[in-house]
Amino acid sequence: MATINLAILLPFIAAILLFLFCRNIKKFHIGWIVLIVPAILFITLMRQLPQITKGNTIINSTSWIPSYDINFVTHLDGLSMIFGLLITGIGTLVIIYSIYYLATERLILQFYIYLLLFMGSMLGVVLSDNLIMLYVFWELTSISSFLLIAFWFQRKGSRYGAKKALHITVLGGFAMLVGFLMLYNVTGTFSVQEIIATIGQHKDHPLIPAIIILVLLGAFTKSAQFPFHIWLPDAMEAPTPISAYLHSATMVKAGIYIVARFTPVFGGEAIWFWAVSVVGLITLFWGSLTAIRQTDLKALLAYSTISQLGLIMTLFGVGSVSLHPNLNIETIIYSQAIFAALFHLINHSTFKGALFMVIGIIDFQVGTRDLRRLGGLIAVMPISFTIAMIGSFSMAGLPPFNGFLSKEMFFTAMLQLKDFDIMNIQAFAGMFPVIAWIASIFTFLYSMMIVFLTFFGPYNEQPDVKVEEPKLGMLVPPIILSLFVVGIFLFPNVLGDYLIKPAVASIYPNITDDLIGDIALWHGFNTELMMTIGIVIIGIILFIFREYVRKIFILFPRSLSFDTLYNNTIVKIDIFAKKITNFYMTGYLKHYFAYIFLFFSLVLGGALLYLDAFSFSLAGDQPVDIFMWIIAILIIVTGIVILFSKSRLTAIVLNGFIGFSIAMLFVLLRAPDLALTQLVIETVSTALFLLCFYFLPEWKPFVIEKRKKVIHIIISVSVGVVFTVIALSIKSGRLFESVATYFEKADELAGGQNIVNTILGDFRAFDTMLEVVVLFIAGIGVYTLIKYKKDKGADKVED
Amino acid sequence: METLIIIVAGVLVTSATYLILSQNLIRVILGTGVLTHAVHLLIMAMGGFSGNVVPIIGEKGNTYADALPQALILTSIVINFAVAAFFLVLAYQVYNRMNTDDLSKLRRYYHE
Repeated sequence: MATINLAILLPFIAAILLFLFCRNIKKFHIGWIVLIVPAILFITLMRQLPQITKGNTIINSTSWIPSYDINFVTHLDGLSMIFGLLITGIGTLVIIYSIYYLATERLILQFYIYLLLFMGSMLGVVLSDNLIMLYVFWELTSISSFLLIAFWFQRKGSRYGAKKALHITVLGGFAMLVGFLMLYNVTGTFSVQEIIATIGQHKDHPLIPAIIILVLLGAFTKSAQFPFHIWLPDAMEAPTPISAYLHSATMVKAGIYIVARFTPVFGGEAIWFWAVSVVGLITLFWGSLTAIRQTDLKALLAYSTISQLGLIMTLFGVGSVSLHPNLNIETIIYSQAIFAALFHLINHSTFKGALFMVIGIIDFQVGTRDLRRLGGLIAVMPISFTIAMIGSFSMAGLPPFNGFLSKEMFFTAMLQLKDFDIMNIQAFAGMFPVIAWIASIFTFLYSMMIVFLTFFGPYNEQPDVKVEEPKLGMLVPPIILSLFVVGIFLFPNVLGDYLIKPAVASIYPNITDDLIGDIALWHGFNTELMMTIGIVIIGIILFIFREYVRKIFILFPRSLSFDTLYNNTIVKIDIFAKKITNFYMTGYLKHYFAYIFLFFSLVLGGALLYLDAFSFSLAGDQPVDIFMWIIAILIIVTGIVILFSKSRLTAIVLNGFIGFSIAMLFVLLRAPDLALTQLVIETVSTALFLLCFYFLPEWKPFVIEKRKKVIHIIISVSVGVVFTVIALSIKSGRLFESVATYFEKADELAGGQNIVNTILGDFRAFDTMLEVVVLFIAGIGVYTLIKYKKDKGADKVED
Repeated sequence: METLIIIVAGVLVTSATYLILSQNLIRVILGTGVLTHAVHLLIMAMGGFSGNVVPIIGEKGNTYADALPQALILTSIVINFAVAAFFLVLAYQVYNRMNTDDLSKLRRYYHE
């Protein structure tokens, strides 16, 4: 089935077409055209759903770089399906929303191109089976996220946020790439499915812990897990549709996708369990605590997203225990944690998407999203209020909304941890439900803040703004999402049976549907429900005394945050890089030459020593006659004397002398063409030098520092020695026969008697032609420079 | 004979390197010229001197001199002439505009 491959490529193709053909559309908003893409993709994926529900998977492979085992392999299973539907479904809604949200924006074409770029790459991430392909798309999502955060690039905050997001996610992505390469080293394949099938044979490989840490670094940075969460709040500088789409519903879940994808590979490893669940738990706690501190609604939602991602991460960590080899099949029931994770992932996308959109509407209509300036909007924006309430209550874990169901399942998973008697889990099992419960109180608290501080209380009049509900088109996407919030609560098993169970099955290959069970609305008065009731009671008390709650933040001064660490690191790296560059880029020609010469003599000379490549023999040498001796000694003497010449005229005459001596040498070496050319050229260039001297000043006697002089002498001598040694070694250790005999057939091949001439004019005629081109270019250069007037264009020179 | 020619080339390379490292623009250009001579000798020596007849078909003798290095050097001589001419004109223009032929002063001029 090539449809899946096309599904990945469609957004990219659409982006190109958009760029080529839709640049000048003014009559209607370009978003209406873009909308077709995710809609088609969503329908295409839905058509595959029956297959996936039956437990089938769809694999399609196209060769890309087969010699490196890198192929374009797409793999659609239950897990990919959930993500694929989220990407395309929420993508559709977000585009409808942005048609209204960005109605007046000028750079709208760029916005949609970036958005399509993201959509394609994100689909690529979740549909790839080949790890290298996955990595490429992974980094593409980082890049498109960078472009979208910096969409309002005039703002300093946008640029800062975009760079921060890129730094952190690409750093993690790079770690992940190293992990993938190690994994290839261990398993011998880049295919995820093959790795899952064969990983059992490599469980004891010493690289496995390193691979786990590197892959998780990629997942944690992307999914904004503590302490890498700092980029997400700054990414809120992006337009709100982007925050709703990339930074809450899809891209930040790519890390979770990786964890889910690799659970069958690494599940059951102690380090995997501890890393994923503890980092997730810390993120859950820290995110929800910090969210309370925020006054900007979007920042609040950002921290809330961080916290919810932590929750999902924790569930995946806990669920991975079920794959421990010492557990028998009945205890696989604990894979419920994974079920809950996937369930909450979908729920989070619905309620958080709706919340982001509502807050975008408030920002759009009222002109602020600062909690201190908002209030009493219920009277003027009742529909928005309803959506916000549904989203917030679902996030807080209250019935009758889908968040309640997944929250209860989360508590169940946390409470069940104590039943595991492996990997020292029981020693810490008590911590999990307690921390999770406290974090849920904070979650309840900030959810209430969103609803009650925005819509209730005194109405703050905004100057020059008549606050009202927005256009219907802007309300439709969040309304659809909030309908899902309620609908999923009422019919959770539709979602469970068709989407989540196949996904769980792709994480646990051996599981049957009966073991997973159904989602029940009512469990009786169990511990989980008591926990929820406790959350509501304590949460309400804290909400009333929220001003006192805020005081605990005095304990966490802003100067001691990871943000400060990041900022300082960036500044320090900048300074460091500048220092290094300034150290060697001095601007002096002689320094650059010195680097080249030192490199030449150190690297080549060093290699020669290291490889013991030096060889010397006089065996093949021809006897030296007396003329040769004389000329050779003359050249050597002249070459040395030229260094001591005080006037430029002496120097140029000596240089000419070397040239003519070499011409003589050519005669002795039976090269008449060379001798003639050398004579002509040497004459002309000596004349040229002399001509030039007419314009140039006489050499001033200058004193060079003794230390510098010594350095120059050392460099020159070492270059000369390395040069000679290499040449002698080549001469003595001739590895293959000369090709010259081929050219001796010049008469029959090229119809010429003079072999040198036939080489130039026939065998290597192209070479000669290009030589003429070089001469021509040099001629143009000379001509231009001579004609170059001193003051021409001087006023245009910038300082 | 090959060894002798290589040693001659080595001495020229040493001398050329020293010239190129100096401050004066003309000395640098001279250095490149000397370096060219050295490289020609190197190419020549790499071919070997076992041939004792000029590489023109019909000449009497047992072996021709290696023609390939000769062809390469011929190309090189011409190209180097072009480069030298360009360098010289460049030096002329530099002096014309900056009023100095000292490379270390050129840098400061740019920063003023």
